[in-house]
Amino acid sequence: MASGYDRALSVFSPDGHVFQVEYALEAVKRGTCAVGVKGADIVVLGCEKRSAMKLQDTRITPSKIGLVDTHVCLAFAGLNADARILVDKARLEAQSHRLTVEDPVTIEYITKYVAGVQQRYTQSGGVRPFGISTLIVGFDPNDKTPRLYQTEPSGIYSAWKANAIGRSSKTVREFLERNHKDDMDREATIKLTIKSLLEVVQTGAKNIEIAIMAPGKLIEMLPVEDIEAYVKAIEQEKSEEAAKKKTGRTPGTGNAAILTRGPDDASGA
Amino acid sequence: MYAAHLDLAARKDFTLICASKAAMRGATILKASDDKTRALNQHTLMAFSGEAGDTIQFAEYIQANAQLYSMRNGIDLSPSAVANFVRGELASSLRSRKPYNVNLLLGGVDPITDKPSLYWLDYLASLAPLPYAAHGYAQYYCLSILDKHHHPDIDYEQGIKLLHLCTDELKRRLPIDFKGMMVKVITKDGIRTVDYDDEARIPCP
Repeated sequence: MASGYDRALSVFSPDGHVFQVEYALEAVKRGTCAVGVKGADIVVLGCEKRSAMKLQDTRITPSKIGLVDTHVCLAFAGLNADARILVDKARLEAQSHRLTVEDPVTIEYITKYVAGVQQRYTQSGGVRPFGISTLIVGFDPNDKTPRLYQTEPSGIYSAWKANAIGRSSKTVREFLERNHKDDMDREATIKLTIKSLLEVVQTGAKNIEIAIMAPGKLIEMLPVEDIEAYVKAIEQEKSEEAAKKKTGRTPGTGNAAILTRGPDDASGA
Repeated sequence: MYAAHLDLAARKDFTLICASKAAMRGATILKASDDKTRALNQHTLMAFSGEAGDTIQFAEYIQANAQLYSMRNGIDLSPSAVANFVRGELASSLRSRKPYNVNLLLGGVDPITDKPSLYWLDYLASLAPLPYAAHGYAQYYCLSILDKHHHPDIDYEQGIKLLHLCTDELKRRLPIDFKGMMVKVITKDGIRTVDYDDEARIPCP
């Protein structure tokens, strides 16, 4: 007879790991990339969109960026189906909070709630953890400071200036670490978001989604044409830079990073 | 029911909702700037009267559910959908141990067709779409005026004028001071409070 050991999936392994949570993190790593960047007075979410199949109607296929309340926006990486459930729980809590205390939720509160739900699914019987990480952005009521939080399947949450989750998130995060500045204006923030996504998205504007939040305003989904314009500008900038590098080099002052074969090596071969 | 409130919808592109500003308990006026309306979404407004606690509890419950629907589905419920939802809630409340004692007027403009609408609901869960309606004591004075002067293609200015006819009559004949009217208009652009001048003293013959 089953005696309880096989009921819960989330039990410690002898060396202190909870394997199911680690597998969930693995599911996150396989999900498409999502980026969040804070500017001086806006916050931007960027997502890699999975390339649609020929007959798919992209206009009504659900997006990876969702609204939790009018002032809170959430992007996720991992299992889409799990995210639907989690986002719905967050939406319900946001409205329930309004009903009970007559105030919209703060970003920290809703993040804590989402992380709390995720934690609960690592410690209850008969369930498996959510296979998603989330980026939660927005503005607190009557406040102009942009907020950006991340939650993980384990239930950990953390605040960031800029962060990425999902596939190749490490590459994107390192890019953000090199290029993020405090007090970026709107243009710079959107550009950095798209630029960081282009590090890992090959197909360009078609597969990028951008959402912009500003204090006291509704969410703004950047139109494809605008994203295309940004992508074009970034690509041009990159090629110009590459061209400058090429022409700027005079013989004998070669960049140390570029390996060149000297005359000695040639004779040696 | 103490609150006097009335409302009229025009067939053109707006709905007017108006409710008294007095919050009363027994014969005492507690407040002269009460807002007896709640916005359910961008273009649906609900005005309520009835038992003091019930009204706000019910209105805010409906408001939360309407907004949850908007967040979940990325689109607002249409006024007719809200009206039928509210009716359902009232009907199940009526058959519970402690029913809500609330009467409602629900005004809105459909965001897709831009058609204005007005729904009359009472605590027995009756629902009626009407061109103009009133609840409370106000209806005894206002309905006859509205019967005479309302017509399907009334414009905004005429609507306000008609509302003045109604509130003047209330001031003339109603034995209680309802502390003026809060007037709101719903158009396809949203809900707006109307700057409504009802300071004038109306003498009784």
